[in-house]
Amino acid sequence: MLDDFFIRALLAGVGIALITGPLGCFVIWRRLSFFAGTLAHSALLGVTMALVFELNIALSVFLISAVLAIFLLQLQTKTNLPNDALLGLLAHSSLAIGLVIIGFLTTIRFDVMGLLFGDILAVNQTDLLFIWVGGAFILIILKFIWKPLFASTINYDLAKAEGMNPDRYNALFTILMAAIIAISIKIVGLLLITGMLIIPAALARNISNNPKQMVIFSIIGGLLSVLIGLFSSLKFNTASGPSIITAALILFLITLIKTQKFSELKK
Amino acid sequence: MHDNKKILLKVENVGISINGKSLVKGVSLEVRQGEIVTLIGPNGSGKSTTAKIALGIYKKIDGKVKTYTDKIGYVPQKISIDWTLPIRVLDFMTLTEELTQDEINTALNLTGVEHLKDKSLSNLSGGEFQRVLIARAISKQPELLVLDEPVQGVDFKGEIELYKLIKEISEKMKCGILLISHDLHVVMSATDFVICLNGHVCCSGTPHKVVQDNKYRELFGDRASNILSLYEHKHDHTHSQDGTIDHK
Repeated sequence: MLDDFFIRALLAGVGIALITGPLGCFVIWRRLSFFAGTLAHSALLGVTMALVFELNIALSVFLISAVLAIFLLQLQTKTNLPNDALLGLLAHSSLAIGLVIIGFLTTIRFDVMGLLFGDILAVNQTDLLFIWVGGAFILIILKFIWKPLFASTINYDLAKAEGMNPDRYNALFTILMAAIIAISIKIVGLLLITGMLIIPAALARNISNNPKQMVIFSIIGGLLSVLIGLFSSLKFNTASGPSIITAALILFLITLIKTQKFSELKK
Repeated sequence: MHDNKKILLKVENVGISINGKSLVKGVSLEVRQGEIVTLIGPNGSGKSTTAKIALGIYKKIDGKVKTYTDKIGYVPQKISIDWTLPIRVLDFMTLTEELTQDEINTALNLTGVEHLKDKSLSNLSGGEFQRVLIARAISKQPELLVLDEPVQGVDFKGEIELYKLIKEISEKMKCGILLISHDLHVVMSATDFVICLNGHVCCSGTPHKVVQDNKYRELFGDRASNILSLYEHKHDHTHSQDGTIDHK
């Protein structure tokens, strides 16, 4: 039952859960859910660019996400439109441009569904290498910048006043976000990567009372989602990416019950 | 003023405008070791903005700011902790600095909130939160403290104690303090230099000089001008009919 492709899928999923756990905490602390979604949407454009210019997909997605993030900063200085409007504008226009370009690529066969929802069962060894090496890089950098990034998340003014240089770390964090989306796009797809970032962190919040604890629970929640999701996709022959996210949602609902009990106990 | 003391912060003719509207302009000040400089002024007069300019928080400012230390403690006027971020007092204390348990306990003890160490920040009352903010700012033994209305929401007794603590810190730790306060009693009795703001510097000098300034009278009213004289005579006079000084 445990074929090679399944082992590879497990290794890929575990790797991604280890990275999205801590990054996802920052995503919800900094209210960047929509931003994460926008970067993920732009990944479609990144993939089409990779096909047009024959680049590595992860690299191309990473570059497009980074360009988009810079473009967003530029837009913010040019207009007073609220952030969510700008993010929506960028998310859907980059998605649209990506799809328009796909239309021109008549000679290339292209699995749009795979791109939207990922295909974790088709993971090859190169993908695994990307996830584990890239992931290790992301986690090491995150560990390294944790303190100033966390301080900037709590309060920009305070961090800036006490010499933590929040602008630098906010920019670095954006790059890490672009990186995780780039390495996981093939596995969970652009619609589900946001789910992997947000849901484990959200369920962790329900059962944590300090930041480190939340990061640990977020990683555990992500790992459990991957394991439960993958095994049930094998058993029930369902799509693997969506199964993982469904498992995460069920775990989230369970922690919700737990939180309610906790708050009742407090009363 | 005290040329032998090390200068910590020098602000020269600074100002800032946002969307073409000037928030504050032409402010100069200096903070030296062991000295408390206070900014006073009505709401919207640019006190907090001036403090933020001095701390280098804004990117585009007019004028020059020089800080001569990187050990800075800041108590912002407003800080909100989102529910999505679970954080205890303990975690908050080490936000910008590594501290030992002893250092954390000592600082929390000084502001009287050691018992709240394991509580969530979001469960604290306004006054408790201010005490934690002050404890955090002093725990790293800063050379320069910037306190933006540090005792807002603190009960009356606590307010006096905390101001006493602030005064002690400036003396014992030789820390320079830039203070923003609404409590004119404290400002006039415990600080070394007062700057009265209203979008620009209205008047400045020692407390004694400022209360006699006509511009100060215009801004705060005649009653505020009596503050210093009441203070100076507090040992041989009683002004019991005047509620504003009833706390002694």
